Amino acid sequence: MSTDSPIARRLANVKQIILVLSGKGGVGKSSVSTQLALSLYALESSPRVGILDVDLTGPSIPRMFGVDEGYDVHQSSAGWVPIYVDGAERRLACMSVGFLLKRKEDSVVWRGPKKNAMIRQFLSDVRWGDLDYLVVDTPPGTGDEHLSLMEHLAPLQTRLSSVVVTTPQAVALTDAIKGISFTRVVSLPVLGLIENMSGYVCPCCGEISNIFSTGGGEELAKRENIPFLGRLPVDTELVDLLDSPAAAASQGDSSDPPPSFPLLAHYKQTPSFTLFSLIVRKVADALSPPTSSISESAAGDGTLVSEP
Amino acid sequence: MLAVQQQPATTPEQPSASLPDIPSNAPQHCPGTESELAGKSDACNGCANQEICASSTKPKGPDPALPFIRERMADVKHKILVLSGKGGVGKSTFTAQLAWAFASDETTQTGVLDLDICGPSIPTILGLANEQVHSSSSGWSPVYAQPNLAAISVGFLLPSAKEAVMWRGPKKNGLIAQFLKDVDWGYLDYMLVDTPPGTSDEHLSVVQYLKESGIDGAVLVTTPQEVALQDVRREIDFCRKVGIPILGLVENMSGFVCPGCKTESKIFKPTTGGAKRLAEETNVELLGAVPLDPRIGKSADYGVSFLDDYPDSPATAAYLDIIDRK
Repeated sequence: MSTDSPIARRLANVKQIILVLSGKGGVGKSSVSTQLALSLYALESSPRVGILDVDLTGPSIPRMFGVDEGYDVHQSSAGWVPIYVDGAERRLACMSVGFLLKRKEDSVVWRGPKKNAMIRQFLSDVRWGDLDYLVVDTPPGTGDEHLSLMEHLAPLQTRLSSVVVTTPQAVALTDAIKGISFTRVVSLPVLGLIENMSGYVCPCCGEISNIFSTGGGEELAKRENIPFLGRLPVDTELVDLLDSPAAAASQGDSSDPPPSFPLLAHYKQTPSFTLFSLIVRKVADALSPPTSSISESAAGDGTLVSEP
Repeated sequence: MLAVQQQPATTPEQPSASLPDIPSNAPQHCPGTESELAGKSDACNGCANQEICASSTKPKGPDPALPFIRERMADVKHKILVLSGKGGVGKSTFTAQLAWAFASDETTQTGVLDLDICGPSIPTILGLANEQVHSSSSGWSPVYAQPNLAAISVGFLLPSAKEAVMWRGPKKNGLIAQFLKDVDWGYLDYMLVDTPPGTSDEHLSVVQYLKESGIDGAVLVTTPQEVALQDVRREIDFCRKVGIPILGLVENMSGFVCPGCKTESKIFKPTTGGAKRLAEETNVELLGAVPLDPRIGKSADYGVSFLDDYPDSPATAAYLDIIDRK
């Protein structure tokens, strides 16, 4: 067995791999990854999307997609079958260490070498099939998981890119700079920076409070010379939705046909969806240069009507 | 050889993938990844994971650093870990506020040990962003925020704050051991250990190294939403596995008071009952809930004590209440 073949072979039909990075924890990597996957999924071209959660000691992706209970990964002769979260369409596949735990409160207490082996297994054994985008949610920091990912994905270098997430306060920005310098060291292209949790709108009086201050991300992007993808305020509707997608789904607000993919239907109603679809345009355009001419219209009305 | 009757290896066709001691793709007669023989038994020859198994076994014999750590830690009265499964819930902020609060008593000596090697925040939060560690004959001198408040962090060792620390586990462990044995704290009443998110190398190492000197306990920090609570459950599981007493749970960012209209709203809703229910379920004491105040974040950015600067904030009251309960 040559060193690169199993992973390269497995991911041969994956067109783009997007790593979601941030130096600091809790800035919203998982929620950005989830939104990125959902918004890419909602593009007109109906791409096939995969999401891989490599946060081994604190997986959040299963909860955010509402598949944290009673879902097991099945092993077939061709590898591990990911969990399809979009019902019958089977265009959105999801894989996380959370699916492998017997009880969800079990802790995964692993040192580096074991984490490395797990990541390699995720990359070489999961039967993704054809994917247009594979979104990889990473743990905070620049440690074992990140180095292992880059090592194993090295043969696929041309299809790799990354998105850096930060919150606007100084403490998070210093960590984001570390994340950016990581991408430089391993020569990983950066599609851009997203400033998350930028301001909170009081539901009572509408006053905007900058809980974690604001604008720091954009400044940082300018200084580090990377594209700034956008600013996302704290959206309580989104927080609620991703925290308990099952509860949101059961509310089923009297709409006539039950949506086939309730999470996406609900997500489209949040203010974040509108903002995020602008970001996704930029991401999709950056990844496929020929269609970049649409980006101008995206800023106008185009994105709001993406799908009824 | 005949006498070695191995247990029958687990059936290769498992209905669902799980995390067994013996991986499903292991060779026949795999001794199990946790075994003493992992990576060394005859069956391991040719296994793709042999190297990993061999390297992940615990070092044989006691770590040579242990006696030095024991000696250094003899002068530290209380050692408290601040843990949380999830990132960004406010571990470092809470650690810093706790430290400021302890240090407000001039006779109390407090030290803060920052184990977050990839993303150290303690230097910024304590207002020590551009400081450097000095080494002397008695070890590394920590950086002082106040005469009775010392701190050590990887941030003090980096030539530039921009540089990423891209280290794998063993290198991190080495630095942690060095922090514990080489830092010249002098006498300390409290050593607060700020940790990175998760349950991995850093956590295992600090617990291992401090086992002999004893850890007083761990404070778990969480935010109210279920995504964070899930990670805290894992952390509680971790504490119980390695035998660290849990001092209690702090719910951070619970509720937000709008500075405009003074109405409280929940940004991170406790959809599953929040920390309160978790505390009841897991039999852990809930030390208190700290509301979200934008000035906390600002204080942390400027490196000043929030408790001293805004004594009238409801968050200050909540902090002091928690600190009193320890």
